[in-house]
Amino acid sequence: MTAFLIIFIAALFAVSIWQISKIVKLGKAPEPDTELSEVANDKDNKRNGQMMLAFVVAMYIMMIACFIGYQDFFLPDAGSEHGAEYDNLLLLTTVVIMIVQVLTQGLLHYFSYKYHGKKGQRALFYADNDRLEFIWTAIPVVVLAGLILWGLFSWNDIMEADTDDNPIVVEVYAYQFGWKVRYSGEDNILGDANVRFIEGVNDLGIDPTDVDGKDDMVAQELHLPVNRPVLFKFRSQDVLHSAYMPHFRAQMNVVPGMVTQFKFTPTVTSEDYKSTEYMTEKVRKINEIRRQKSKELIDDGEVPLDPYEFEYYLLCNKICGESHYNMQIKIVVESDEDYQNWLDTQTTFEETLANAEN
Amino acid sequence: MGQSMGVATDHAHEDGHHHHKETFVTKYIFSQDHKMIAKQYLITGLIMGAIGIAMSVLMRIQLANPGEPNVIFEALLGKWAPDGIMDPNMYLALVTIHGTIMVFFVLTAGLSGTFSNFLIPLQIGARDMASGFLNMVSYWLFFISAAIMIGSLFVELGPAAAGWTIYPPLSALPEAMGGSGLGMTLWLVSMAIFIASSLLGSLNYIVTVINLRTKGMSMTRLPLTIWAFFVTAIIGVVSFPVLLSAALLLIMDRSFGTSFFLSDIYIKGEVLAHQGGSPVLFEHLFWFLGHPEVYIVLLPALGITSEIIATNSRKPIFGYRAMVASILAIAFLSTIVWGHHMFVSGMNPFLGSVFTFTTLLIAIPSAVKAFNYITTLWKGNLQMNPAMLFSIGLVSTFITGGLTGIILGDSTLDINVHDTYFVVAHFHLVMGISALYGLFAGVYHWFPKMFNRMMDKNLGYVHFWLTAIGAYGVFFPMHFIGMAGLPRRYYTNTNFPYFDDLADTNSLITYFAIATALAQLFFVYNFVKSIFYGKKAPANPWKSNTLEWTTGDKHIHGNWEGEIPTVYRWAYDYSKLNEEGDYVIPGQDYAPQHIPLQDGEEELNH
Repeated sequence: MTAFLIIFIAALFAVSIWQISKIVKLGKAPEPDTELSEVANDKDNKRNGQMMLAFVVAMYIMMIACFIGYQDFFLPDAGSEHGAEYDNLLLLTTVVIMIVQVLTQGLLHYFSYKYHGKKGQRALFYADNDRLEFIWTAIPVVVLAGLILWGLFSWNDIMEADTDDNPIVVEVYAYQFGWKVRYSGEDNILGDANVRFIEGVNDLGIDPTDVDGKDDMVAQELHLPVNRPVLFKFRSQDVLHSAYMPHFRAQMNVVPGMVTQFKFTPTVTSEDYKSTEYMTEKVRKINEIRRQKSKELIDDGEVPLDPYEFEYYLLCNKICGESHYNMQIKIVVESDEDYQNWLDTQTTFEETLANAEN
Repeated sequence: MGQSMGVATDHAHEDGHHHHKETFVTKYIFSQDHKMIAKQYLITGLIMGAIGIAMSVLMRIQLANPGEPNVIFEALLGKWAPDGIMDPNMYLALVTIHGTIMVFFVLTAGLSGTFSNFLIPLQIGARDMASGFLNMVSYWLFFISAAIMIGSLFVELGPAAAGWTIYPPLSALPEAMGGSGLGMTLWLVSMAIFIASSLLGSLNYIVTVINLRTKGMSMTRLPLTIWAFFVTAIIGVVSFPVLLSAALLLIMDRSFGTSFFLSDIYIKGEVLAHQGGSPVLFEHLFWFLGHPEVYIVLLPALGITSEIIATNSRKPIFGYRAMVASILAIAFLSTIVWGHHMFVSGMNPFLGSVFTFTTLLIAIPSAVKAFNYITTLWKGNLQMNPAMLFSIGLVSTFITGGLTGIILGDSTLDINVHDTYFVVAHFHLVMGISALYGLFAGVYHWFPKMFNRMMDKNLGYVHFWLTAIGAYGVFFPMHFIGMAGLPRRYYTNTNFPYFDDLADTNSLITYFAIATALAQLFFVYNFVKSIFYGKKAPANPWKSNTLEWTTGDKHIHGNWEGEIPTVYRWAYDYSKLNEEGDYVIPGQDYAPQHIPLQDGEEELNH
């Protein structure tokens, strides 16, 4: 599909160059060398008017081609509870936008073609029309009011980080250039922490004197039980980062000196997400690409690429320095049982400190 | 041609303005003539633009072939591309300096500096700016800041690389990245000088528009260009000082140990003493300028377009009052929407709701403007000069780019597209490409006035069509890779196999980017060639109504040799008919502003 697109666009480009060369020729040919020869004449007007029409048709084709050719670029259905709401709002907004886009671009370019200048043609002196202007002020007002209202209700729901539904409290900790996760342990309370406590094995700066912190557990992977609300607390030790979890429609900046938060409920386990039709197809395609690339790499005597298997990920989405482009952590959403089993294998902060002393 | 010129050419060298002897230095270098200063701004801006665009091409090549050696990198980047492989720090530096140059040096100074300077005195009927001296200082400060910005590219640890938004702590701590050392210091110094330059310029524009309008030139008879420049200058005066204060506080944090933006930082094995500051405060200060900046860039382009579309449609601009009201509304709203850059910054979500509301409000005057442009074309007699093509192109990209703003301005939807390529596509179309189109339109339209020569129209057509195709080729597909969740400012995407299937599209975008950049050479050639060898321009080649076309072809400091013309009408009496159904001036479809009302003509109340 992409290859087709490239060829198609190259063809369009070639056609336009050919057309342009024609314009250049036509523009130059019979015209007498007058004072006004660098001002558009009827031929230029006509030619460029036609180009405008061709341009908008090509633009429509490009838009359709993009939406079809790139449909699998759109993120799959969200793996979180609020994500479905997000996707609906995005879909509605996109539809509204595309309708306006098609209409206005059509009118703009069609008028450019239809009313291209001709000698003796008289333009209409038309300076004002209050009614018309009122209409096209009112329409955006109404449409936008609708979108705003829906958006604001969703926003309030999504950003409401209350603890009424007893969420698991998890800290996501950012540093140049990686992530760590701190689980709050049995008490579900994160111990106090500050960079000034960072020392030895205590690389998240947990306050060793705070009892709440004793049962905290630091992990290298983010495991979450399915269908339980999770309240994320974000902390950074050095510069701004942003924790972006695209498949959950979740993002929050990570700011040194303050704790930011985001709450959502994952609804699809990693296993289920991997086996959706969308994802199997996408992964198949990606692996096809990787196999091709590996062949080339082997020919050059280099290490081939590993085959890819989808895992949820969290990545850094705020410029943070040299290795910003590779600051990620795997997310695993699993059944409550698996989650508990995994959690049992983690060491508590108290144990970590004790081990370090021995 | 029935030219109604009257004012300038008939009179011989009248006094009322005395001519001083000009040396090469006072005429071309330290000139106080607004026309010369405008040209200085234009040429400096175009050179900076060439540098900025070249940087974007380097980035695109890297993104198409991540981590692969390239002779171009080796030749241009030197030690930043060992064996021709671009260093990740250099990639971020390119991102940063490209953004800075394009936003400030090209689209603020190059666009507003050029055309505000050139057109304000000429279109309102003034001999020069209110203060020619300050105007000169403004240009030279701009020049110095540009020189420092370019100079910063050559410092040992590299230029500033924290993104054009220079969020601390990254920009504040040399430990965090090499570019935050001397490179960032120079960036801040350069920007501080730039802001001083911009303020001097803006104050001058405001005073000139308010005080130096010629007789009869009431505010409601001002061409929309002047309205746009005037309001732009006001936004600049309101918002640029806030950026200066942010820069000053950042300088203090960097060099004098204060903690305005820094707190609780552990870096390179050490805890820093900074305590109590907040990076979010910096974001607020930065975007208090940063968002109005979008309109500082865009309004002049829209003003230029209004003028050019009306002239070339041979029709009055539709809804003059609505256009002025939109400019004012956009200006006001632009200062209360900055928070939409910060929905996920960690600020209180309630603030996010407020900013969503104000942001979507700003879509309304923008929509009104777009509709009014389209209606102006309707039933016109469109003269497809290159300037007109670029103006139509501007309306097109302004719509395409503006519409996606509805997604980004909605706090909910922003969550998942924030800082992805979707944003990159959005703002490049709506402010980058649109404002560049405005710049090109302005150059093609007023080149005859600036240099008394015509640009080659056929080269102009080639330039426009290649650019128009290329710009959409670059930025339309980019929305889709953004929808896939691809983050911006990534040196390479190969660490995420999930993005492997986007690689082809990234290559495609790169091809378009290179082609579009090369297409600009048509413009460069045309521009340079026409300055020296262009066809001699007639007095009023586009048959325009505004006053600048009444000066005659002598470029004198003072603009009009004789008296300054008096204004009797608004700037948009194109194709106006009298009671008998003929053009008000027989034989010509336009009635310039300095022509008194004719018999049987009614003045409309605008």
